[in-house]
Amino acid sequence: MLRLTELSAGYGAFTAVHGLSLAVAPASVFALVGANGAGKSSTIMAIAGHVTVQGGQVELDGQDITALPVARRVSRGIALVPEGRRLFGDLSVRDNLMIGGYARPRRDEAENRARVIEMFPRLGERLDQAAGTLSGGEQQMLAIGRALMARPRLLMVDEVSLGLMPAAIDVCYAAIRRLKEAGVSVLLVEQSTARALEIADRVCVLESGRAVWQGSAEEARKDPAMIEAYMGLAKV
Amino acid sequence: MEYEITLMTLAGIAVIAALGLNLITGFCGQISLGHAAFYGAGAYGAAMLTTNGVSFWLALPAGALVAGALGLVVGLASLRVRHDFLAITTMGVGFLFIGVVRQQDALGGEMGIYAIPDPGLGRLGYMVLVVVLAGLVAAFSLYLKRSWMGFAFDAIADDEDTALMVGIDVARYKLAAFAMGTAIAGVAGVLYAHEIKYIGPDSFGFPESIAMLAMVAVGGIGSVGGVAFAAVVMTVLPHWLQVVAEYKLLLYGALLFAVMRFSPGGLAGLVRSWRTRAGGFRIAATGKVEP
Ligand SMILES: Nc1ncnc2c1ncn2[C@@H]1O[C@H](COP(=O)(O)OP(=O)(O)OP(=O)(O)O)[C@@H](O)[C@H]1O
Ligand SMILES: [Mg+2]
Repeated sequence: MLRLTELSAGYGAFTAVHGLSLAVAPASVFALVGANGAGKSSTIMAIAGHVTVQGGQVELDGQDITALPVARRVSRGIALVPEGRRLFGDLSVRDNLMIGGYARPRRDEAENRARVIEMFPRLGERLDQAAGTLSGGEQQMLAIGRALMARPRLLMVDEVSLGLMPAAIDVCYAAIRRLKEAGVSVLLVEQSTARALEIADRVCVLESGRAVWQGSAEEARKDPAMIEAYMGLAKV
Repeated sequence: MEYEITLMTLAGIAVIAALGLNLITGFCGQISLGHAAFYGAGAYGAAMLTTNGVSFWLALPAGALVAGALGLVVGLASLRVRHDFLAITTMGVGFLFIGVVRQQDALGGEMGIYAIPDPGLGRLGYMVLVVVLAGLVAAFSLYLKRSWMGFAFDAIADDEDTALMVGIDVARYKLAAFAMGTAIAGVAGVLYAHEIKYIGPDSFGFPESIAMLAMVAVGGIGSVGGVAFAAVVMTVLPHWLQVVAEYKLLLYGALLFAVMRFSPGGLAGLVRSWRTRAGGFRIAATGKVEP
């Protein structure tokens, strides 16, 4: 459903992603892993249209979207949970959700919100609270919920697990599993390969903006070199 | 009575101008230190027409159009600047406007334009027109606030980059805010010109821009009722108290600073926090009564 061909992207003269090719299958979870500064965020921000593409191509369902404006990508079904959550801190949970559904007809809002609350009941209890005063876990739920309000077909999540306790991560991962079952494709950015392998169908390891390993999750679990290099002490 | 009518008319005009700025600064979060330029553009545009025999009723929308078009251009030019830089840019626009007007003999130069014809509604009739228009602008503001566009403005005011990430066409909404807000300022300018019957470069200078921004800040960024209330009080007060008139710029500047520093929500914010606090007490009180 999403295909990158020889994608290069960066900031001004600096290139953060070098000739990256990958394909995310429909209703699957694709994990992009790597160390700090590997270019994970740059990759998904380029797909979302926020980082300049310097070469190569981004295709969604076979259509070239490399030059499409951001708003059009959202209405085509790409939603983003950005790094650091980036909620509208002064606005209520309700308003954050509403704004997330901006690209969809307003009459669908109540239904979309009900779906999000069903997934994250905690948000339903806090609809009128300012987003900035939520706990870290609740904020991450809201960040995902806000993206889901756009009814995406491709959800890109940048580091769900960052700063969360295992229980909160489990809630978010369970949501991602459910989305996959509902037919949504998920492009997941994670620093920890071990965590990503819990839910990923496919993994790509980035190093200095280049893909150094790519394959299915089973292969990753079996490949000793991969385990050695990227999963460190967490040997299975 | 005559005096009260004049005061009421001027207050209504201030409400319109301040609510226009409130769309840009309050709703959409884009600071403007040059709002008087658009107020002036409307006034000059309409005065040029009516002094040449065009009907006031045509000049009114024409003034709004001139100001709104200018606002759109300034908005386009300011799309890439934010925060303090936007403040400086809009301030520059204000000075540029005054500079250009002073140099243009066609616009009356230093002398300004006088003998602006009376719209012929009578003092009271004109006041009613102003008050009705102020009410319409307030109603429009309230409607806008609850609309889809209002939510997009909220998002942009809160965090522009994130607004872009959720797919909001930030540039388009900023331009819309600028165009609407400045067109409304233009309406206020037309009304002002035909109330005072004289306009000159000094009628639309930096002090006026500061006064308008102070009205928006004191009233509570974004709050329609608060801003309207502040605009009325801050227009009427200098006429009642000589001291306020003499030190207007100083006072309003200090007020602007004090609000930003001590109560960023303005009057509306104070009332809100006071209300929540009162509510808190009530809960505490009932808690005590019940064993
Ligand atoms: N706005 C920017 N301007 C210039 N360079 C940037 C910018 N954002 C990121 N970079 C650079 O691009 C490279 C890749 O950064 P990126 O944020 O994509 O890494 P990452 O894999 O997401 O890292 P992390 O795990 O720390 O989030 C880094 O060298 C970084 O310094
Ligand atoms: Mg990152």
